[in-house]
Amino acid sequence: MHILTDAGRSGDWSVLAAVGELDVVGAPELRQAVLRMLHAGERRVALDLSGVDFIDSFGLGVLIGALKRARLADAEICLVITQRRVMRVIEICDLDRVFTIYSDLNAVGATS
Amino acid sequence: MTVADDPGADVVDVGFRPGKLLLEIPARVEFVSLVRVVVAAVAELQPNLDKDRIEDLKVAVSEATTNAIEAHGLSGSIDRIHVRCFVADDEVSVVVHDRGFGFDPDAISELPPPESPERLAHEAGLGVRLMTKLADESEIRSSPQGTDVRLVVYTSTRSAQVRKRPS
Repeated sequence: MHILTDAGRSGDWSVLAAVGELDVVGAPELRQAVLRMLHAGERRVALDLSGVDFIDSFGLGVLIGALKRARLADAEICLVITQRRVMRVIEICDLDRVFTIYSDLNAVGATS
Repeated sequence: MTVADDPGADVVDVGFRPGKLLLEIPARVEFVSLVRVVVAAVAELQPNLDKDRIEDLKVAVSEATTNAIEAHGLSGSIDRIHVRCFVADDEVSVVVHDRGFGFDPDAISELPPPESPERLAHEAGLGVRLMTKLADESEIRSSPQGTDVRLVVYTSTRSAQVRKRPS
């Protein structure tokens, strides 16, 4: 797992890009990166998962935890997912009804 | 003896016969991705298994293996996790065995609806759901001596036969 914390902005959203496998090994790194952004005062964080080629329930748990902590901080989190495999796992767990999900990072900025 | 004292703590044992593979891994999370890679490679030996089903199997096996490692962590066991793969004419099956304290699969509670605020309280608990949904067959046998999780995916031919069969 490789996290790009300075993946730029899309509109007024800060972008955090994850690359690799969101599992029991990789996901904690994403959790820490999200927490750092929220503690730094970011209020709109887009998690770009375009580079994630594997996700399991541990990765999903970190995404759910990130959303929960964002809401507690009165912040917003959205997901950018382009990989069909990742979307399939999200949909099986009905998390497409919990998260705001985009299939294109440029579309995130368009919502600003 | 602790894991640190065990000279074989980093060693993975592999046994292979045509159509069968046994992988023994130390109960540590850094070996989960290795299990996924090996299981996928074995599954590819079955030419009639769709690529998507191999990906489904990888996620399901990842769940079972992560749970097994956690079970050994909770019980303090330094035994290895056993992962067995079988390639048959119309299916690929995987059995993940741990020697943890076991658990009651029926005691896993239903998740709140996705729209419910309480849903965000459940950061864990999706693993069994994923195994059930992604595998064509999934079975958990657990006792105080350990747990066996069996996961099966069907070839496209068998899947078509199952769909045709009247319910």
